[in-house]
Amino acid sequence: MSIRSQMLLAAGAVAGVLALAPASAQDAVKIGLILPMTGGQASTGKQIDNAVKLYMQQNGDTVAGRKIEIILKDDAAVPDNTKRLAQELIVNDKVNFIAGFGVTPAALAAAPLATQGKIPQIVMAAGTSIITERSPYIVRTSFTLAQSSTIIGDWAAKNGIKKVATLTSDYAPGNDALNFFRQNFTAGGGEIVEEVKVPLANPDFAPFLQRMKDSKPDAVFVFVPAGQGGNFMKQYAERGLDKSGIKVIGPGDVMDDDLLNGMGDAALGTVTAHLYSTAHPSAANKEFVAAYKKAFNSRPGFMAVGGYDGIRLIYEALKKTGGKTDGDALIEAMKGMKWESPRGPISIDPETRDIVQNIYIRKVEKVDGELYNVEFATFEAVKDSGKTKK
Amino acid sequence: MTTLFTILFDGVAYGMLLFVLACGLAVTLGLMNFVNLAHGAFAMTGGYVCAVLVNNSGWPFFAALPLAFVSSALIGVVLERSLYRHLYTRSHLDQVLFSIGLTFMSVASVDYIMGSSRIFIKLPSALEGQFDFFGVGIGRYRLMIIVICGLLTVALQLILAKTRFGSRLRAAVDDPRAASGLGINVPQVFAFTFAFGCGLAGLGGALSAEILGLDPYFPLKFMIYFLIVVTVGGSSSITGPFLASLLLGIGDVAGKYYVPKLGPFVIYTIMIVILIWRPNGLFGRAATR
Repeated sequence: MSIRSQMLLAAGAVAGVLALAPASAQDAVKIGLILPMTGGQASTGKQIDNAVKLYMQQNGDTVAGRKIEIILKDDAAVPDNTKRLAQELIVNDKVNFIAGFGVTPAALAAAPLATQGKIPQIVMAAGTSIITERSPYIVRTSFTLAQSSTIIGDWAAKNGIKKVATLTSDYAPGNDALNFFRQNFTAGGGEIVEEVKVPLANPDFAPFLQRMKDSKPDAVFVFVPAGQGGNFMKQYAERGLDKSGIKVIGPGDVMDDDLLNGMGDAALGTVTAHLYSTAHPSAANKEFVAAYKKAFNSRPGFMAVGGYDGIRLIYEALKKTGGKTDGDALIEAMKGMKWESPRGPISIDPETRDIVQNIYIRKVEKVDGELYNVEFATFEAVKDSGKTKK
Repeated sequence: MTTLFTILFDGVAYGMLLFVLACGLAVTLGLMNFVNLAHGAFAMTGGYVCAVLVNNSGWPFFAALPLAFVSSALIGVVLERSLYRHLYTRSHLDQVLFSIGLTFMSVASVDYIMGSSRIFIKLPSALEGQFDFFGVGIGRYRLMIIVICGLLTVALQLILAKTRFGSRLRAAVDDPRAASGLGINVPQVFAFTFAFGCGLAGLGGALSAEILGLDPYFPLKFMIYFLIVVTVGGSSSITGPFLASLLLGIGDVAGKYYVPKLGPFVIYTIMIVILIWRPNGLFGRAATR
């Protein structure tokens, strides 16, 4: 047999299996969880994995008479891996859901497979607006950068901040954050005096910070990938920007609860807008935080909440379909679903399949010797404003 | 005007840091003609040793710095004796493959042991913040880097040029056969030099945690900077890499300040221009090998 015809056969087999996959609904419901468990994004993966485990411990591993089985795969946040793993999960393991996705490129890489296989894809972390437009089978339980960036823009304009210098990492989420902030902040009468995009792999913030300092703004709007937030805050304090009265504002990713304590007192007073704080004062959250701390000996951050709500969404959808795993029925079941999450009340927008949630304005304060984002204002039921199709 | 001096100061501090990190590589590559891409791994080791000692065991920062040097040097000498020396006579490709493999192994093992998130070293409060010197903002930590690295550079130059060990090393490099004929223990000299270079990298890693950030990907992220320093500086002495580090440090900081849109490219532009002008680097000797 020639190589060519072998390849044709193989392709045929793959297509055949893809078409059959959703129909093979027998015993267990399988969820393929694709997360970055190694590499620079590993903390995201670990948080989501922990949260999923926690939810299953609390709620049992059987829904609507069917056992839930999680298959965890590590893509190290490399989109090529994500695509390969998603394909293997759908074709070989015949999973009924794919879930996880630590970064935007990873979520986008798996989107065509979700469409082809008619498999619901639950995005538990990645935050660029366009993701849910890439497949009718994508539902998101994390957040979009537009949600928090527009809100902090509005808030800053209304709260006496007139001039802002921005420092954002030069990649898709950074640009999203910058654009949505700029749009709402300038519409509210604010002025952007300095706009700096720093390279993603940036060793030293010193020159950029010096530029910020010299432009004498009221506040610095900052978005850098989670791991770099600590470096930024340290150098911000080193350069004396805190003493010259320049505030730090931004979407809450920079002040991830996971890393906040390592940043030291330099982070005190930072005002960010975000969907979740470990210090969120609700009974549901207190219970969640206590259980998470007990099980994993660390604080849950917003990534953990995205995972916790993601697995909950899967459970609830299965309850609604009575354990049937038909992709279209599951997506229908998820649309418009509402519940009380540790982060507050949330729902799935029936039109965009994206999350609708409260966005909180928080300030970093010291509570019992630890740093927390303490919420002081709430914007209710914020939808994603970043969709290209209106 | 004062901003200019602040930028210059930051640039010099950054350059000095690059020099301490990379000069070990200049020694192994230039003097011993061995391509060691795992150099960053030794720097990372030093950084993590310092971080664990300071954060977990409560050592003072200045006591942990020498330990960072010693531990990296020890690991260096063990690896040199057990692995590296077998590759001295092999082709550069073999050396590259070997050392890049070692780098990946170091990344994976540190990730496994220490976790993948970025860590910081708790600094004494005397080193934090900035003070004003005639209107020029001087960062305390950066000033310390300049002092330590400046002293090291002078000491290195003196050791190489004035001491018996320095002349032995230069002899061993120029003609190993003749040198061993004169009774110089060439392998021992090489092992010592290699360890010393690793130790310097370890010290650099500990010093750089505050400014560059320390995570398991350190060796891969900064490999390119080390190589730029060595190629631009030329690898025949340590004066070359020293000047190259300063030039790149100041160029990088000034570029990012004055033309932030082009910022990250400045360092590469400088490299390309210099290499077109002098293909062997600033102080390279014209292809003697």
